[in-house]
Amino acid sequence: MSCNRGTTVLHGYFDTELDALGAAEFESHLEQCFDCFNALEALESLRSSINIAQLYEKAPAPFRKKLLARLSSARPVVVFPARTPWRWIAVAAACLLVGYSGWRVIPVHRGGNYETVLAAEILDAHLRSLQPGHLTDVVSTDQHTVKPWFDGKLDFSPPVQDFTDQGFPLQGGRIDVVHGRSVAALVYARRKHFVNVFVWPTDEKDSAPRSGSQQGYQWIDWRKGGVEFCAMSDAAPSALEQLQRLFNE
Amino acid sequence: MNSLVGKGSIVLDSQDQVRLETLVLPHLDAAFNLARWLLRNGADAEDVSQEAMLRAYRFFNGFHGGDVRAWLLQIVRNTCFTWLEKNRRVNDMAEFDEELHGTPGPTPESLAIAADSRGRLTHALESLPSRYREVIVLRELEGCSYKEIATITSIPVGTVMSRVSRARRQLQLTLADPANKEAIDEL
Repeated sequence: MSCNRGTTVLHGYFDTELDALGAAEFESHLEQCFDCFNALEALESLRSSINIAQLYEKAPAPFRKKLLARLSSARPVVVFPARTPWRWIAVAAACLLVGYSGWRVIPVHRGGNYETVLAAEILDAHLRSLQPGHLTDVVSTDQHTVKPWFDGKLDFSPPVQDFTDQGFPLQGGRIDVVHGRSVAALVYARRKHFVNVFVWPTDEKDSAPRSGSQQGYQWIDWRKGGVEFCAMSDAAPSALEQLQRLFNE
Repeated sequence: MNSLVGKGSIVLDSQDQVRLETLVLPHLDAAFNLARWLLRNGADAEDVSQEAMLRAYRFFNGFHGGDVRAWLLQIVRNTCFTWLEKNRRVNDMAEFDEELHGTPGPTPESLAIAADSRGRLTHALESLPSRYREVIVLRELEGCSYKEIATITSIPVGTVMSRVSRARRQLQLTLADPANKEAIDEL
């Protein structure tokens, strides 16, 4: 092009990237300059051949399907310090179970939503813990071993007691995540069942135990002395009530 | 890529998941298209755009509004160039672009390609250096503004303007004469 105007102006005009003044100036130039006029036509012809050729390549359907499956498998349900794919399988299993069964939670005190979400998360955490190798991070029947293990891992010190004499031998503990925060999970045995007691600090005042059940799992939730407890197990409801009384003594 | 799932380190609350799915997934075609043209290969584009989507998923916490498409395409572009670095093959070298034009004489294959305008354009676009190819793809196929291209490619708007004009000029010259070595050297 022999025109001494910069070609970037021509392209800027073609792409409607010039401001109003610049565009008006270039248009009055176009009326006199054949070079620029022809160059503009050439750009229009290039663009139309690109459009006709349909070069845009959309994501192929099988790839899209595969990717969506991949993304949903990477989707976390709750956040926890997982180290192995086993945990993800456990989460998936818990989701399926919860999704399949649907939740019926008795709404008490703070309204249904809190209860529903909490119970669902506790069940997830409970089921996850029952996967091989996930029940305890510290294995000990000694409360003086389990309690110090939590030091530095949590922003509070959970009350840890062994109730072997009362029929609930302490098995150990681990860190879990419930409701978006790290909690202590204390593991007790009750005959052939395991009981997970999830413990975290709360600002709410003390409350009497509330309980519910779903899918053969019982839960009981109570608050005492700035700490909220939620126990879950497939043991009998009376066993959880007994354990709750032991904690409150 | 597997490590992403294994580590369990993606932290998205349910609100973020909804945002991700409603904001990012609609741009999957754009992501794939850019990857396909930067890598010049559909199968590689699947791998790389998948990786880019997973990265977008992973870093979505860090996205605080703005142009989602530009944000995603920036990730796609970076993932593509990282991939090209790692999988440097003779055909992917930038130098190859120029050597390609130096190949003398039409072969039966190149004649057949030239007969078909889509094939001809594909060939011409693929033979552009990647810095030109990406601005053509973003401007002509994706319809991005200069400002969006500047965001995606991390270059100033002024540079985008001149690069777009050079890229088009080279594309025109290549289309006019696929073996035009002189035209390439001029740019």
